[in-house]
Amino acid sequence: MNYSIIIGLEVHVQLLTKTKLFCGCLNLFNPDNPNVQTCPVCLGLPGSLPVMNGEAFRLALKTGLALKCDISQFTKWDRKQYYYPDLPKAYQISQYDLPFSHDGWLEIELDAKPGTTKKIGIIRAHLEEDAGKNMHDESGRGLDSRVDLNRCGTPLVEIVSEPDLRSPQEAKTFLEELKLLLRYLGVSDCNMQEGSLRCDANINLHIHTDDGHQYATPIVEIKNLNSFRGVEASLQYEVQRQISEWNKTGRKLDDPGVEKETRAWDPNHGVIFSQPGKKQASDYRYFKLDDPTLAKETRGWDPNRGVTFSQRGKEEASDYRYFPDPDLVPVTVSAEPIDEIRATLCEFPADRRKRFREAYDLSAYDVSVIVSQGRAFADYFEDVAQGCGNGKQAANWCTQDVLRELNERQRTIERFPLRPEVLSGLLGKVNTQAITVKSAREVFVELIADSETKTEQAALWKIDRLIEERGLAVVSDTGELEAVIGAIIEKNPKAVADFQAGKQAAVGSLIGQVMRDVKGADPKLVRQMLIEKMG
Amino acid sequence: MSISGATAVELLARMERGDLSSAEITGAFLDRIQSHDEQIGAFLFVDRDAALGQAEQVDARRKAGRRVGKLAGLPVAVKDVLCVKGQPTTCASRMLRSFVPPYNAHVVDRLNTEDAVLIGKTNMDEFAMGSSTENSAFKQTCNPWNVQCTPGGSSGGSAAAVAAELAPMAIGSDTGGSIRQPAGFCGVVGLKTTYGRVSRYGLVAFASSLDQVGPLANDVAGAALLLEAIAGHDPRDSTCVDRPVPQFSRTVDEPLRGLKVGVVKEHFVEGLDPEVESAVLAALGVYRSLGADVREIRLPHAKYAVAAYYLIASSEASSNLARYDGVHYGFRAEKFDDLIDMYAATRGEGFGEEVKRRIMLGTYALSAGYYEAYYLKALKVRRLIRDDFDRAFESVDVIASPVSPTPAFKLGELLDDPLAMYLSDIYTLSANLAGIPGISVPAGKSGNGLPIGLQLQAPPFEEERLLRAARMFEREKGEG
Repeated sequence: MNYSIIIGLEVHVQLLTKTKLFCGCLNLFNPDNPNVQTCPVCLGLPGSLPVMNGEAFRLALKTGLALKCDISQFTKWDRKQYYYPDLPKAYQISQYDLPFSHDGWLEIELDAKPGTTKKIGIIRAHLEEDAGKNMHDESGRGLDSRVDLNRCGTPLVEIVSEPDLRSPQEAKTFLEELKLLLRYLGVSDCNMQEGSLRCDANINLHIHTDDGHQYATPIVEIKNLNSFRGVEASLQYEVQRQISEWNKTGRKLDDPGVEKETRAWDPNHGVIFSQPGKKQASDYRYFKLDDPTLAKETRGWDPNRGVTFSQRGKEEASDYRYFPDPDLVPVTVSAEPIDEIRATLCEFPADRRKRFREAYDLSAYDVSVIVSQGRAFADYFEDVAQGCGNGKQAANWCTQDVLRELNERQRTIERFPLRPEVLSGLLGKVNTQAITVKSAREVFVELIADSETKTEQAALWKIDRLIEERGLAVVSDTGELEAVIGAIIEKNPKAVADFQAGKQAAVGSLIGQVMRDVKGADPKLVRQMLIEKMG
Repeated sequence: MSISGATAVELLARMERGDLSSAEITGAFLDRIQSHDEQIGAFLFVDRDAALGQAEQVDARRKAGRRVGKLAGLPVAVKDVLCVKGQPTTCASRMLRSFVPPYNAHVVDRLNTEDAVLIGKTNMDEFAMGSSTENSAFKQTCNPWNVQCTPGGSSGGSAAAVAAELAPMAIGSDTGGSIRQPAGFCGVVGLKTTYGRVSRYGLVAFASSLDQVGPLANDVAGAALLLEAIAGHDPRDSTCVDRPVPQFSRTVDEPLRGLKVGVVKEHFVEGLDPEVESAVLAALGVYRSLGADVREIRLPHAKYAVAAYYLIASSEASSNLARYDGVHYGFRAEKFDDLIDMYAATRGEGFGEEVKRRIMLGTYALSAGYYEAYYLKALKVRRLIRDDFDRAFESVDVIASPVSPTPAFKLGELLDDPLAMYLSDIYTLSANLAGIPGISVPAGKSGNGLPIGLQLQAPPFEEERLLRAARMFEREKGEG
C-alpha cells in the first residue's frame, strides 16, 4: 500500500528563569520536597493576583526569534479553563488567539542523506504557565492521591509545528534539533526526564489508492511522550496501527462522526492500548470539538507498556472557555527590545553546521557530531581548530579522543581537564611532525590523568617534559634506526621468512617492536626501511 | 458630643489633642457592636482583644510623640471579602467558612501602615453577588433606619455598620454598585474608585475587570481620608495604576468654582420612585444655588448597561470562582463517588443560589458557540458605554443621578425576583463598566424615613473633584 505519513508536534519547553511566570517563587525542579516553592499566587488562593515575569517573556521572545517566527506587536493572556487537582485556579494562564510569535520554521538535517536539510514550519509559539503534578498512590493500597504544586506556574513555551514531518525518524530529528537550538540559546535545559521538554504528536496517514485517489485517516494525538526514543517508537507503532485500522474499517478523517483520538503508547510492549477505566464500552472515547476540521482522537503514551491508549474523560475538558485574563494587562512589543534580543542571540546550530563545513572543510557527519554535542563543545572544537590550524585534525581528535574521554568520565566539556589551548598545542606538535600521532595520544592520556596540569602553562610545559622523558621526539636519524632494525630482524627470523614468502602483515609486528625501542620513530620511515632491509 | 456619632475627622482631632484615646474610641464602638449588632447583623467577625491591642499600641506611640499614620487610632470595619492575615475571610460563603488567609490584602496592609484599628469583618452578599446582603450564607443584615428593610448590598454590612454608628468608617468593594447602593440605602457616604486607583491584591475576586475597593464613612471628609490611606500603586496588581494619590482630605472642603453638572435624560424613566426623583431634582437645585451650571447630557447606550454588565460580571465570576473546588482549601463535600462527583457535590453544597445562578450564566456566556454572541458583544457594548461617558465629560465636570431607583426595599421582597434585584443597580453599574469613579451622598429621606442617595460620577482619576463636589452638597444640605 502506498501512503505518506503526516506528523506535527506540539512541544512544551520549561524556561530557565529564576522565578515562576507570575509570582516570585523559585523555578527549580524539586520533586523530593513537594509544595515548598509555592506562594498565595501560584497556589491560587483567593485574592491573589498574577504579575508577569519580564525575564520569562524575554526568553520566550528569544525562542520565537530563533524559530524565525514573526513576533506579535500586541499579545495578551487568556484563561484556559478546566478542572484538575494540579491546577489550583481551575484555569491555566495561556495565550489563545494572539500568541507572542507565529509563522516560523526550524531547519533539520535529514539523517538519511547527510548534509541535506528540510525546513519544518512552526505554526506558533506561545507562553503559558505549567500546572502542578498529581502523585498517585502506587503501593496498590488505595491511598489518597497527592498534589505537588512546586511546578505550578513554571514558565512554558508551547511550540506547535506544521504537519511537515514525514516519518517518525524525522519527528525525532526535529525534536532533537529543537532541543539543541534551545540549549544553544540557553532558554531551557530541555531535560525530558525532568519534564522540562515534553512532547505531544499528531499523526495520520494519507493513503494513495491504485485508482489515483488519496484518503486521510483519522488524526490521532499521542500524549505523554517523555523520551526521544518514545517519540519515534510510538509514531512507528501508530503508523502500523493506522494501516491496519484502515485495512479493517476504511475510516477516513472526513467521515461523519470521526474525531481526533488520543492514544497512549507502551514502549515495553510496543503496542497501543486503551486506557483501563470506567465505562469500558469502547477504546475510543470521542469528545466534541467546535471545529470539525480539528477533529482528532487524543491518546496517551505509556512508556512502561510501550503503547498508546485512548484517553478517557476528555469530554469534560473539551470546551476550555478561553477568555482574556482580566487580571493581566496585554503586552505590547516594540521593535527596540526585539532588536536588542536579536543582537544577543548566539549562532544557531544549523548556521554553525554550514559554517564549520565550509570554514574547516569537514564532512557533514563530523560537523553534525560536533554541533549536536552542544554549544560549549562546538566552541571547544573551534578553539582547537583555530589553535592548531588544522580543522580536520581538530575534528578527529574532538569527535574521537575528547568525546571518548567525556563519555568515560561522564563529564561535560566545561569540566574537561584539557583546555582547548593545550590540546591545540599538542596537535600543533603533530602538525609540525615533532611527535607522532601515537605519541600525541600517549601525552593526551597522561595530561588528562595528571593533576599538575591545572593551568594552561603547566600543561604546555608538561607536554614538553613528557616528550623529553619518554623520548617521544620524532627520530629521523637513520643511523640509530638502522642499528635497531638490524637487531630486530635478527631476532625474528620467522617473521622475516613469512614476509619474504609474501605475508605483508608480518611487517606489522616488526614495526611495533622497532617503535617500542625508538619511541619517536616515524612509523612510515620504519616500515620503509624494514621492507628495504628484508627485500 | 458622643464618640459613636462623631465623624472620623473629629475623632482624629480629639485624639491628637489628647482628649480621647484610641482605646476609648475603639472600646466605645466595640461596646456598641456588642449591644446593637445582634439587631443589625453588620459584623461576621469581631476580635475585641485584637482591636483594643491595636488601639493601645497606637495610643502608646502617639503618647511617646512618635510618628503615627493618617488613620492613627481610628476604627475601620472591613468587608469580609478582603484578606486579613490570620482572621477568617469568608466572603459570607459556606465555601470559605474555614478559610484563614496567610496574607493581608494590600488595602489591609495600607490600613495597618496608617495605624487604623481593624474593628471587625462585615457581612455581605456571598462573594459580593447581590444588592441586599440577603445572599450571605451566615446572617441577615438589617437597615439601621428600619430593620424591616435591607441595608442594600453587597457591602451591606459595611454600610449598616457606619449608619448604626458601630464604626466611623468602613471598607467596601464595588463591582456594580456594591458600595454606592448600600451607602444610599443606609444614608452614609460611599465611594467607588476609578478602576486601577486601589490595588485589588487580596480582594477576593468576583469580576476582576469591574471590582474596586473603596471607602464608606459617615461624612465626605471621612471618605476622603480613608481613600487617601488606601489608594495608590501596588506592583502586585498589574491593573493598579502607578500615579500619584492627591491629598483628598486636605482639599475636600474647597468648593469647585464654575462646576458643570450633567443630568442624564435617560435616567428619569419609568421605575424611578417619585420620592427619589424629587430628591435628585432638589439636589440639582442645591448645585444651581451654589452657582453650578446644570445641563442635560445623553448616555445613549445606558439602556444596555444591565445586560452587558451581567454577562461580563458573570463570565468573569464563573472563572474566578472555579478555584473553589474542594481540592486545596475551603469547603469540601463529605459524600462523593469520584473526582468529578467531588467537584459537583462541593460546589453544589458550598455555593448559595445566587452565586450558582451567576456561575451558570457566565459559564454559558463563555461557552464555545456563544462567546461571540454574548461575552464578546458585551465587551463591545462596554466600550460604547465608556465612549458615552468620555463624550459626556467633554461638556460637564460631574454627572448627577439617583443611586438606585427606590429607597431600601423590604427584606425578602425581591428574593424571588432576581431580575428586579438586578435592576436596583441600574444607575450604578455603568460606572464599573466604564471604570470611572462614583460617589453616593445622603440627599434626604423618603416619607417613611428611609435615606435617599445622590450619585455623582466623574472622569477617571478625578476622585478629588468628586469628593469636593459631594462635600459642597453635603455642607449645604447640613446632613453631616
